[in-house]
Amino acid sequence: MSKKAIIPLLLFVALSGLFLYVLVQMNKGEYNPRDIPTEFIGRAAPEFTLPSLFDPNQQVSSSAFEGNPWLLNVWGTWCPECWREHEYLLTLRQRGIPIVGIDWRDDREEAKAMLARLGNPFVAVGFDPDSELAIDYGVYGAPETFLIDADGIIRAKHAGAMNETVWREKFASHFDKG
Amino acid sequence: MIPELGQITLALALALALVQGILPLWGAQRGVSSWIALARPLARLQTVALALAFALLTYSFLIHDFSVAYVAHNSNTRLPTQYLVSAVWGAHEGSLLLWALILSAWGSAVAYFSRSVPDVVVARVLGVLGLVGVGFLLFMILTSNPFDRLVPSPMEGRDLNPLLQDPGLVIHPPMLYMGYVGFAIPFAFAVAAMIGGQLDAAWARWSRPWTHAAWIFLTLGIALGSWWAYYELGWGGWWFWDPVENASFLPWLVGTALMHSLAVTEKRGAFKAWTVLLAIFAFSLSLLGTFLVRSGVLTSVHAFASDPGRGVFILMFLFAVVGSSLLLYAIRANEIKSSVRFEMLSRETFLLLNNAILLVATVAVLLGTLYPLIADALQLGKISVGRPYFDTVFMILTLPLVALVGIGSISRWKRDSGERLWKRLRLPALVALVLATAHSLLLVPFFNPLTLLGMALGLWVVASTLTALRDRMRPHNNLRHIPRGFWGMALGHLGLAVFVIGVTMVETYSVEKDIRLAPGETYAMGEYSFEFKGVDTVTGPNYTAFEGAVVARHGEREIAQLTPQKRTYLVQKMPMTEAAIDAGLFRDLYVALGEDLGDGAWSLRVYHKPFIRWIWLGTLIMALGGLIAATDRRYRALARRAAPTAGATGTARG
Repeated sequence: MSKKAIIPLLLFVALSGLFLYVLVQMNKGEYNPRDIPTEFIGRAAPEFTLPSLFDPNQQVSSSAFEGNPWLLNVWGTWCPECWREHEYLLTLRQRGIPIVGIDWRDDREEAKAMLARLGNPFVAVGFDPDSELAIDYGVYGAPETFLIDADGIIRAKHAGAMNETVWREKFASHFDKG
Repeated sequence: MIPELGQITLALALALALVQGILPLWGAQRGVSSWIALARPLARLQTVALALAFALLTYSFLIHDFSVAYVAHNSNTRLPTQYLVSAVWGAHEGSLLLWALILSAWGSAVAYFSRSVPDVVVARVLGVLGLVGVGFLLFMILTSNPFDRLVPSPMEGRDLNPLLQDPGLVIHPPMLYMGYVGFAIPFAFAVAAMIGGQLDAAWARWSRPWTHAAWIFLTLGIALGSWWAYYELGWGGWWFWDPVENASFLPWLVGTALMHSLAVTEKRGAFKAWTVLLAIFAFSLSLLGTFLVRSGVLTSVHAFASDPGRGVFILMFLFAVVGSSLLLYAIRANEIKSSVRFEMLSRETFLLLNNAILLVATVAVLLGTLYPLIADALQLGKISVGRPYFDTVFMILTLPLVALVGIGSISRWKRDSGERLWKRLRLPALVALVLATAHSLLLVPFFNPLTLLGMALGLWVVASTLTALRDRMRPHNNLRHIPRGFWGMALGHLGLAVFVIGVTMVETYSVEKDIRLAPGETYAMGEYSFEFKGVDTVTGPNYTAFEGAVVARHGEREIAQLTPQKRTYLVQKMPMTEAAIDAGLFRDLYVALGEDLGDGAWSLRVYHKPFIRWIWLGTLIMALGGLIAATDRRYRALARRAAPTAGATGTARG
């Protein structure tokens, strides 16, 4: 057995080890690529103040939305899933659900162009090129949607595109109550 | 009753695969000819059993047997018949059945077409395929059985995912699976050769047509997926670097490297170890793609019901298949020596560069796909890798690759001279530069250096390939003397050129506008204009839709009535965009319906996409090249010979 010839095998074993580690974590419920650690839910939503996407001189701040339940949606023009859910977000907006968008790791002009093209489902959009909010909220992929209730507590979270099923299962009840 | 029959046929197929995976391999080691002779009939029987299982599942869909869980979850009485059939492979369980069926069908094809290959080799190849089949069938029966009953059975099914209710998606998955699974054949030949210890050029010659065949299907499958995303997702994009797209692209890249490296191994006896490794990698990446998509480890637009429990199974399977073959490689690598020498400037070197670039591209795409996962597991933070990374890295890697295509196909085996190459290539280079410059200055809306580069490279490939063809016909001055293998290569490269030109034009000169139009209003885009007539409600078999009417004109002349739709499927309540496209060789006009803005006005997405058809046309030409190369007379001529001797015939023709 030559030393060089064993390299592919070693690389593959290392890769398999990584996959196994991830899977075991997933099975134990300690890691889910589609969901946040549950400890986030039921905690006070981290406060944030970010420049507005549309006007860098204006601020989008979490304090402005207190008093009613609202959604925080993290998105970016670079993410195909976000395009997919966009239409659904517009439906939510039509139903009167306030959604605050966070444009994450993105190009300001492209993001504005996308909203101009597809319609804007957001009551306000914060611009977060350096992951300030994303780190506080433990965001690792886009899109992610948080539900923050009237008292500023995170009540639900969904990683991945929003749709009617997810809405009914995770989010709708918090809005029906008031 | 029917589902139970299905269970029985699956169990039967598993038993047959198990025997096929043990007896012929054992027989080949011990020299038991009766066990060796079992390989072919077993492969055929396994195909029959799986075809029967597949037919039974299809039948359950056709008669709306909602007592079968898989049918209830993926079908509906109002689903049109063609989608009832395609729903069979529309979700996880059924697509695995299709996968297993295709794997055994490839095996039967090997059994049928390899009459001239020594029986011992065929027994080993079919044995390896049998073992792979055992893994797949166990996975299906234990974790994802398509015949499981649903108690109590519902009156109505949940309907097929609306995204999949589309003609493009009827054939996209089978094509893709034919490609993925097809790479099991060169893999099995490589493993069989390593087991047998006969790592001469013969195994390369036997695997070549199979590699071409798998590559053709994978190429077509990927192109179909891209085409589908273009018109169905309503975004007008043709490639998204989504993890699942990457999962199909990775084996394609390695498969392409394998095709080129097999040519060297067969004709010159060089790169032997490397080729074996590529054959293992191509199939491993096919399996890895399955693992990533089905285990839920990576999130993607392809919403397969993911399940970490299944993930563990596939990982074990992956580990068994890839780990054992790489271990075998590590043990045998010392014996795989390529004794042939070649000089720095030779076709071998150019093909080596081709392989190196394709492999680096594979690693780059693999890293980009897995990086978020790795970073997360090592607690480096949650990171997502987006389009900018892939676009940049891939462009930097493919530009030299395309440039090399021109030189490689004209260069000589073993030894070439820079002077000769320069003499042969200066004309094509000049033609490409002049035409591309003229095009960039005169024919396009605005100048862009990247367009100039892309066009120059595309035209360079065309010009140098035509030169290579002319060189090749020179001794007889007759096109018919050019072997099919050479035609295949030329077409493959011309297809690449068409593809590069298409991508260049689409990426630079697409115009995308989102506009608000009230009925009767017209929007002008360059020479084209779009008149919005209003929106109507229409009803399909299992959906209702808003349908816009748009008249597209070129100058004053009406060229198309476009009817983009926005559908809501009744059962799954999912909104779907159906873009309306007026397709043309040089441009597509693309209209998608946005939202209702009140008072009859709607937002519309209007795209002008120059040359976008060239992207898929290019892949079609590439696939045609593969087909012609796979049917080269050389393989058939060899097939007639009882025991082909290694090396000699190949080099003589090279």
